[in-house]
Amino acid sequence: MGFRRYLAQKTAVYAITFLFAVTINWLLPRLMPGNPIEAMIESNLNLGPGEKEILIRFYEDLYGLNEPLWRQFVNFWVRLFHGDLGYSLLYKAPVWDLIRHSLPYDIVILLPAIALSWIVGNWLGAIAGKNRRYDRWMMPLFYFLASMPYFWFAMLLVYFIGVKLGWLPYQGAYDPSLVPGLNWEFIKSFLSHWILPFLSLFVVMIGSWAIGMRNMIIYELEADYVRYLEALGASEKLMTKHAYRNAILPQVTGLALQLGLMVAGAIATEIVFNYPGIGILLMNAALSQDYFLLQGAFLMVVISVLAANFIIDIVYAFIDPRVRASYTEG
Amino acid sequence: MARESRLYKFRLALKNNKFRFGFGLLLFFIIFAIIGPLFTPFAGDGLYYEKLPGSNMEVATYSTRTLPPMTRETLITYSGRHVEVLHILGTDKLGRDVYAQLVYGLRTSLWIATLAAIIGTLLGITIGFVAGYRGGLTDELLMMFVNIMLVIPSIVLLILVAAYLEARSPEIQALIIGLTGWPWVARAVRSQTLSLKNREFVNLARLAGLSDLRIIFGEIMPNMISYIFMVGILQFSGAILASATLDFIGLGPTTAVSLGTILQKAIAHNALQFGWWWWFIPPGLIITLIITALFFINLGMEEVFNPRLRRGGE
Repeated sequence: MGFRRYLAQKTAVYAITFLFAVTINWLLPRLMPGNPIEAMIESNLNLGPGEKEILIRFYEDLYGLNEPLWRQFVNFWVRLFHGDLGYSLLYKAPVWDLIRHSLPYDIVILLPAIALSWIVGNWLGAIAGKNRRYDRWMMPLFYFLASMPYFWFAMLLVYFIGVKLGWLPYQGAYDPSLVPGLNWEFIKSFLSHWILPFLSLFVVMIGSWAIGMRNMIIYELEADYVRYLEALGASEKLMTKHAYRNAILPQVTGLALQLGLMVAGAIATEIVFNYPGIGILLMNAALSQDYFLLQGAFLMVVISVLAANFIIDIVYAFIDPRVRASYTEG
Repeated sequence: MARESRLYKFRLALKNNKFRFGFGLLLFFIIFAIIGPLFTPFAGDGLYYEKLPGSNMEVATYSTRTLPPMTRETLITYSGRHVEVLHILGTDKLGRDVYAQLVYGLRTSLWIATLAAIIGTLLGITIGFVAGYRGGLTDELLMMFVNIMLVIPSIVLLILVAAYLEARSPEIQALIIGLTGWPWVARAVRSQTLSLKNREFVNLARLAGLSDLRIIFGEIMPNMISYIFMVGILQFSGAILASATLDFIGLGPTTAVSLGTILQKAIAHNALQFGWWWWFIPPGLIITLIITALFFINLGMEEVFNPRLRRGGE
């Protein structure tokens, strides 16, 4: 029973956040100076005199921009639930199709990078927290890693490994001469193109996980329960195990909090590698003022981040005995 | 009394090695941004300007393209003068001096980050104080808003806003970064306020009939000042990163050079493929080192104010 309440509460919070995000998305172009439709048309097409006005009228009618504001807001939601995110003038395709084709590339890069860096970073951080000599020279390295902008590290990788050494390809997601399909050649090409973007996110992310874990372990190893264990004569292994269990919980929460920064990193990294994910869409949309694409990409990123946060919240409820107790007893 | 103890804290912090390292590194870059232009004859856009005789008009001269660092070159200006110049960090694809762009870009980036950090911190402090001090419904509503803002990735919000603005000055960029960066501050300040507001000296002040504002600024604030300073530093490093990322995507200031726009130009002109390392390695390295310095400042301060984190005799 209790878990259902927890679930309902979380769902409500995320629903409100989603509502807010969509409202911002709808409101922003209406708050900004200038007419986005006009800017969009001007920056994309070469038009004769008079044609511009006709096009503007066409788009304003199409998107109901002459109707009262509340009506526009309702329409916006209705279209959203029909999966209609508008039409991209830049790519000459429906926005939803563009996003649908880019999203897998983001998932393929981000998910392994986040998961593996979390595991490796926590492991390295735990060692640093326990071992002082190792801590001495690892800590500055972790801080240097965590300070690096993702895209700059990506540029270094491209320059040193891709260009200087020529070991791996660094442009796009696969060899453009190949047709995507489930054959060995394509998979090989895809994987070799995947390594550098993955590495650039993975390595930089390790830094911040390791720092967090290291501090938590130091904190926990000085806590009273560890002192008590020590007094009882417990082995160091046992003490570390208990400290680790307590230290890992904030790192799960950290996963949710870091997600935004990682998305930012992924967007910029994709631009370095010309990797065809949402980041490239966002950049092109922003630079050529393709507002429907921009809004669509924004929504997609927000929805993904919200979904990830929601999953982390649920997982957290299962692994943290305090939260679990609060809903099974209450 | 309060002033004395604050100075004492600063002196204590200066004894901490981590703080010293971070503070020194940051100071180095600030001084570099201030006096760096003295070592180059080039303007902020990396061009050589000369005044036309008898007027105030300035004419720019481009240098040779993609020269490696420490190259000497004789420029022939518009009026036919021969000027011997040194390209400390070489030139870029368009024949502009990289060192000059770097120094002025560093100025812009530091300026943007400072402004954004001030805006974000002030906003966060205000909202955090009000939420923590008032409590009740105000607190619930404000914290709900804070949590919503925390979940929405600020970079996409920044991209969205920046894309709608046609002309972007560094100050506008600082404003939008500050407006998206405050929730962290608000959360931290709120929890500090909650722990402070029921202490005895605050209750005494309330009994003495002091106004809310007097209590907040006279009693609670002085006890949080070091904490707020640390949060502000985090805002600063977040702002540097956010501004670099925005610039790199191509949504940077349209009116000035910054560290991020140099990197964006380098990528746009395929500097990686042609191996013009002097164009893209220095700006990224500076960003990384500044953020490292800020990390160490924070770390040092944390150790000074929170002795539990201090290890052994360090």
